[in-house]
Amino acid sequence: MAAESVQDPILEIEELVMAFGGLTALMNIDLCVPRGRIKAVIGPNGAGKTTLFNIITGVFPPTEGLIRFNGRAISGCKPHHIAALGISRTFQTVELFNNMTVLENVMTGRHLRIRSSFFGSGLALPSLRRQEKGLVEQAMALLEFIGLAAKRDIMADALPLGERKILEIGRALATDPQLVCLDEPAAGLNETETEAAAHLIQAIRQKGITVLLVEHDMKMIMDISDEIAVLNYGEKIAEGTPREIQNNPLVIEAYLGQGGGFDIR
Amino acid sequence: MLRIHKAPMLAGALLILFFPWIARQLPTISHYPDLMVFAGIYTLITLGLSLLMGYAGQISLGHAAFFGIGAYVSGVLSTQFDCNPWLGMLLGAAVAAMVAVIVGAPSLKLRGHYLAMATLAFGIIVNIVFREEARWTGGPDGMIGIPGLSLFGLALDSAEKYYYLVWGIVAAVFLFSVNLIQSPAGRALRAIHASEAAAAAMGIPIARYKVIVFAYSAVLGSLAGSLYAHYMNFINPATFDLFFSIKLVIMIALGGMHSIWGALVGAIIVAFLSLEWLHYFEEFEVVVYGAILLLVTIFMPEGLVGAPAKLMARMRR
Ligand SMILES: Nc1ncnc2c1ncn2[C@@H]1O[C@H](COP(=O)(O)OP(=O)(O)O)[C@@H](O)[C@H]1O
Ligand SMILES: [Mg+2]
Repeated sequence: MAAESVQDPILEIEELVMAFGGLTALMNIDLCVPRGRIKAVIGPNGAGKTTLFNIITGVFPPTEGLIRFNGRAISGCKPHHIAALGISRTFQTVELFNNMTVLENVMTGRHLRIRSSFFGSGLALPSLRRQEKGLVEQAMALLEFIGLAAKRDIMADALPLGERKILEIGRALATDPQLVCLDEPAAGLNETETEAAAHLIQAIRQKGITVLLVEHDMKMIMDISDEIAVLNYGEKIAEGTPREIQNNPLVIEAYLGQGGGFDIR
Repeated sequence: MLRIHKAPMLAGALLILFFPWIARQLPTISHYPDLMVFAGIYTLITLGLSLLMGYAGQISLGHAAFFGIGAYVSGVLSTQFDCNPWLGMLLGAAVAAMVAVIVGAPSLKLRGHYLAMATLAFGIIVNIVFREEARWTGGPDGMIGIPGLSLFGLALDSAEKYYYLVWGIVAAVFLFSVNLIQSPAGRALRAIHASEAAAAAMGIPIARYKVIVFAYSAVLGSLAGSLYAHYMNFINPATFDLFFSIKLVIMIALGGMHSIWGALVGAIIVAFLSLEWLHYFEEFEVVVYGAILLLVTIFMPEGLVGAPAKLMARMRR
């Protein structure tokens, strides 16, 4: 399969198991994310996609299995350590800092890449004040990139959903990640917004950042993914190129089993 | 972007500077500098509490404990060990910081109600220690004979002199907090308040920040306690009980939890309420505080400081 032939994997997952009490949300998952590509993880609701993201980003340690990022084992590390290593994410439920402006959200995303001493800040050390100026410039450049520069001073929770999702991606990019995990970036978006999100994701890939994408919008997935893995009830049932996945009988069955809610083609 | 404007700060500083002079001109308020000493002492505590609760979103119902730790460490060291009061104040702050780290590291993993319960229990336990360790603390009767402070050979023996000491410290702490709030560290605290999951995903070490801000608020509480002890020259456990912890929360709720100004406004108002205006209510004082908390929560969730902006927003609509 495609996964085994990857030359330069950025993320490797081996025999991953995640059990919540009696419920096994992920069963023996092997997954490989090639560097610089867009890899999609799809599957019906409850398949375990968000759980997979939570384990990769350290929200909880896996019950069993190993995750390597750039060849280094990261399973069980704390979220802020994993973020520091270069993995960032968005949330299915949009977790913006609603008590901050658009600009501040992105500035906060730079936390890892700046100095932030509690006492130095209180004493207003000149070096920290200079840093703050540079920080605003960096954040503005990012807002230009995601197309929200004009909204810089609006509170995050005052944005419409489409822009909230885009801002969350921008905040994730602010950490200078090598890998971003996007959890349903197009959920709840209309067609134009979805298209804009798809363009943004491709632009991220162009910057050399690897994307791990969970999404239900099949058109988007098929258009922009380099590789797709399919989860169903916590198991990986297929993996391959968009074309291979579209013609995979197991996948079609899994989606038809959902009551035909999704059209895989 | 969150900006704390300089003009009101300057106006406030001038007002503080000239207030004793103004009070001297008006016989009816000539004792206000004395009240303002207490208001300043409360403000020190609420400045820390506002960062902890308003900005970082962590509830504490036990901050009277840190106020008491400062007062008792200062009291015990200066009366029983002949320790220099300033040194005692520093040692009190160090003890408070240590206690905060020990108590905070496990408690701050808790959220919402659980953190409130943990800090409440902590406050009650510390108060029991003040009452029971009579050998050191004088028990329920408290301790007397705590010396006053002097600075560079000048005895701070009048309300007015002490006023300038206390408000000088308040001004410094206020500035420190303002700088902090407008820095990456301040944004990290607000991020934790808004979403711990997202803050962690941005690489913010949540546990560390929570403990640091808890310890910072504890140190300010302790400094306030030391200043209180050396001003009153007498302390007893009742000053540092659960009711005072709740009064502190009322102060920041009334003033406005989400603004550093709220800490100042709330502390001053409650100081004047409890020391001057609510005398007539005697044991019904508690009822009045209950009513204030209720009314503020329902009608002014942003507190007095946040109310004008809220009103304007409503009128524009
Ligand atoms: N923290 C948790 N505790 C218990 N069960 C969970 C938890 N997170 C997810 N699950 C369960 O794991 C399964 C997979 O959920 P999830 O990963 O959210 O699915 P998806 O994102 O693919 O829709 C579901 O049955 C869900 O109820
Ligand atoms: Mg999900």
